[in-house]
Amino acid sequence: MPDGTIRKHGNGDGKGAGKRMMAKSGTVGQPGAAYTFEKQDDPVRRHTFAVIVDNEPGVLARVIGLFAGRGYNIESLTVSTVTEDETVSRINIVTTGTEMVIEQIKAQLERLVPVHTVHDLTLEGPHVEKELALVKVKAKDHSRRESLRIADVYGAKVADTTLESFVFLIHGSPEKVDSFIELMDALGGVEVARSGVVAISRGAQIAPI
Amino acid sequence: MSATSMTGAEMVIKSLVDQDVEVVFGYPGGAVLPIYDALFKQNRIRHILVRHEQGAVHAAEGYARATGKPGVVLVTSGPGATNAVTGLTDALMDSIPLVCLTGQVPTHLIGNDAFQECDTTGITRPCTKHNYLVKDVNRLAKTMHEAFYVATSGRPGPVVIDIPKDVQFAQGDYQAPNGKQAHKTYRPQVKPDRDRIEAAVDMLLEAKRPIVYAGGGVVNSGPAASQLLTEFVKMTNFPCTLTLMGLGAFPAREPQFLGMLGMHGTYEANWAMHDCDVMLCVGARFDDRITGKLDEFSPGSRKIHIDIDPSSINKNVPVELPIVADCGFALEDLIKVFRARHTRPDEDALAAWWAQIDEWRAKQCLSFENSREIIKPQHAIKRLYEMTRDRGDEVYITTEVGQHQMWAAQHFDFQKPNRWMTSGGLGTMGYGLPAAIGVQLGHPNGLVIDIAGEASILMNIQELSTAVQYRLPVKVFILNNKYMGMVRQWQELLHGGRYSESYSEALPDFVKLAEAYGLKGLRAETPDELEGVIAEMIAHDGPVLCDIAVDPAENCFPMIPSGAAHNDMLLAPVPEGEEAIGAEGRVLV
Ligand SMILES: Cc1ncc(C[n+]2csc(CCOP(=O)(O)OP(=O)(O)O)c2C)c(N)n1
Repeated sequence: MPDGTIRKHGNGDGKGAGKRMMAKSGTVGQPGAAYTFEKQDDPVRRHTFAVIVDNEPGVLARVIGLFAGRGYNIESLTVSTVTEDETVSRINIVTTGTEMVIEQIKAQLERLVPVHTVHDLTLEGPHVEKELALVKVKAKDHSRRESLRIADVYGAKVADTTLESFVFLIHGSPEKVDSFIELMDALGGVEVARSGVVAISRGAQIAPI
Repeated sequence: MSATSMTGAEMVIKSLVDQDVEVVFGYPGGAVLPIYDALFKQNRIRHILVRHEQGAVHAAEGYARATGKPGVVLVTSGPGATNAVTGLTDALMDSIPLVCLTGQVPTHLIGNDAFQECDTTGITRPCTKHNYLVKDVNRLAKTMHEAFYVATSGRPGPVVIDIPKDVQFAQGDYQAPNGKQAHKTYRPQVKPDRDRIEAAVDMLLEAKRPIVYAGGGVVNSGPAASQLLTEFVKMTNFPCTLTLMGLGAFPAREPQFLGMLGMHGTYEANWAMHDCDVMLCVGARFDDRITGKLDEFSPGSRKIHIDIDPSSINKNVPVELPIVADCGFALEDLIKVFRARHTRPDEDALAAWWAQIDEWRAKQCLSFENSREIIKPQHAIKRLYEMTRDRGDEVYITTEVGQHQMWAAQHFDFQKPNRWMTSGGLGTMGYGLPAAIGVQLGHPNGLVIDIAGEASILMNIQELSTAVQYRLPVKVFILNNKYMGMVRQWQELLHGGRYSESYSEALPDFVKLAEAYGLKGLRAETPDELEGVIAEMIAHDGPVLCDIAVDPAENCFPMIPSGAAHNDMLLAPVPEGEEAIGAEGRVLV
């Protein structure tokens, strides 16, 4: 070593406030470490996005790759073309994150070249969120009547039946679908196919494509 | 719009010509033979044969950064494409406009694990701004024009076009480019909102301890933006600091310049960032090399952030006033509005702020103890700078990655943008030599020097052959400390001096190596040999490689250890037994 003296500057000179000592202690993952950009006490929220994209090869991979690569959550994702000529698709994404992460997700999605617009429906105001599910229930004897009664309460329709089973078709809010599945599960085993959430804003305004 | 019938391969060439491309960096292979055949039959586009596809991409990056024009790459399928991936990622991280054409197996074989097939669009999706697989020859020309538009508009970046071999052979209609906006919907915002500019000026006028923190976005915006930045800083007399990517955006010899900021930035720049009350960030992105410990980053300041990419705003550091715009347009409006106001910033406060900054400057944080026995790396760079200074704007510096890169950033002054090409975001060893080749092609009369480390240079050493083939007089200036110096430094500071695998064992004789490639090799082993070698290097009209033996134990200071705050800088070595970096910092990179 050339001179071996210690000169840790940050003590007393300069009029700045702030911490004056070397960062020696502290736990890994505390806010402030270079890569933890969210304050850990920020609340995590659930947001629903509608992403309008060019319907071109690889566009879904781009969106999913973005979520995977940057460590964002996907609770549900649905996609379909929404124009007659099939050139434009709408991707509905339900995700969770702190406010800063949600803002990033929107900005990162908008950065993708084939993305036209990104609507944060949760922020933009009142919207309708619906999901569809096919729920297969094993049902014999007494549980047959019981499952039909529950289906009736939930407005679920019978899509298929055998002497030992039903397939119900239910749609509604994700919470409604959840609770229907929960009740059916209590009656016996279920197999579930869910569509994931589709969502749209309330009111007369039509979002441009 | 005129439509002319030609083959896909001919369309590739025609669209390059229509996009004003002069140089293509490439390497042939089975899946691009038709395009190479079309190249053979024309003389508008110059092809530079590199020796490795990674070199092609870095060369295109160097060309793009020195000229402001998009760089173009042509490689074959499979290994050609995968070899390009590092360069593409580098260009994405540093926002460099590139168009990279990759050959692909014929469409009917895609998905078959055919010979030299790889999922190029899949592999490059996360490391490009956008990419395309063209399956229909009639879409090829349009895609080519669109790629140039996407690569160069908004925040620039690399774009890949994957072209199956049958599409290159197929006959189709060529579409000439029609105006600028070649994409249906992609329209990044480039003009700032006027209210935001007014609000920014309000904040700047109230500032008592202002700072301008500018980055690569200013360089990317074009030379006019750097001029505007200079005008703004000189008009306000606000202190100005630049990121590694931004060096040259403000002239280094102006009194307002505080030097580079960040992990190896100057004491005055980092302290001024920490203590400022209003921060104007222009075309920089608050990355972790800049901010250090986030929750202690400039705790008392209100921040204005001008960036062309909305996703850069509020990503790491929440700011009071975001302005989405091209730096050039934003600075232009900022100057206009500032001039139109009747009030001026508080002169006394600014004078007190400068007095404080002068105290920090007095630390002379970049000073080092020179030696008569051994060449100090900082001294070598200082002398290189001083001895090339009379060439002025003609000097272009590229670097590899490591200590030498940081010393170059600290000790080489840049007065103009587009003179400093370094791998900032990805930190790619092996960048400097191919980048220098690209720069030299853009500026045939420039003095282009790759400041290198002996480890980095070996990563793309094969490109010496390219320099010789095209008689490109690039200079490679190796600071040979016999270590992966930056790794050794971290091991010294973080891992108790256990120098695991960081010694450069079995190095080649660089002078003989240079001679074997057919260029001039020079060596300096003692301080009194240094200047002679530099002079001979500059005087020689052809490529030169210099092996400069420097102090193997030297560390790069100042340094903000990872995980520490701006005002926790290390200015000099830490004595044995003490730890420079705590457990928290150790897990960071
Ligand atoms: C491709 C690549 N691999 C590994 C690293 C990690 N790394 C950063 S600096 C460095 C050492 C560079 O050594 P040298 O080129 O001799 O430069 P010095 O630091 O000695 O100036 C290494 C291995 C990197 N940046 N890039």
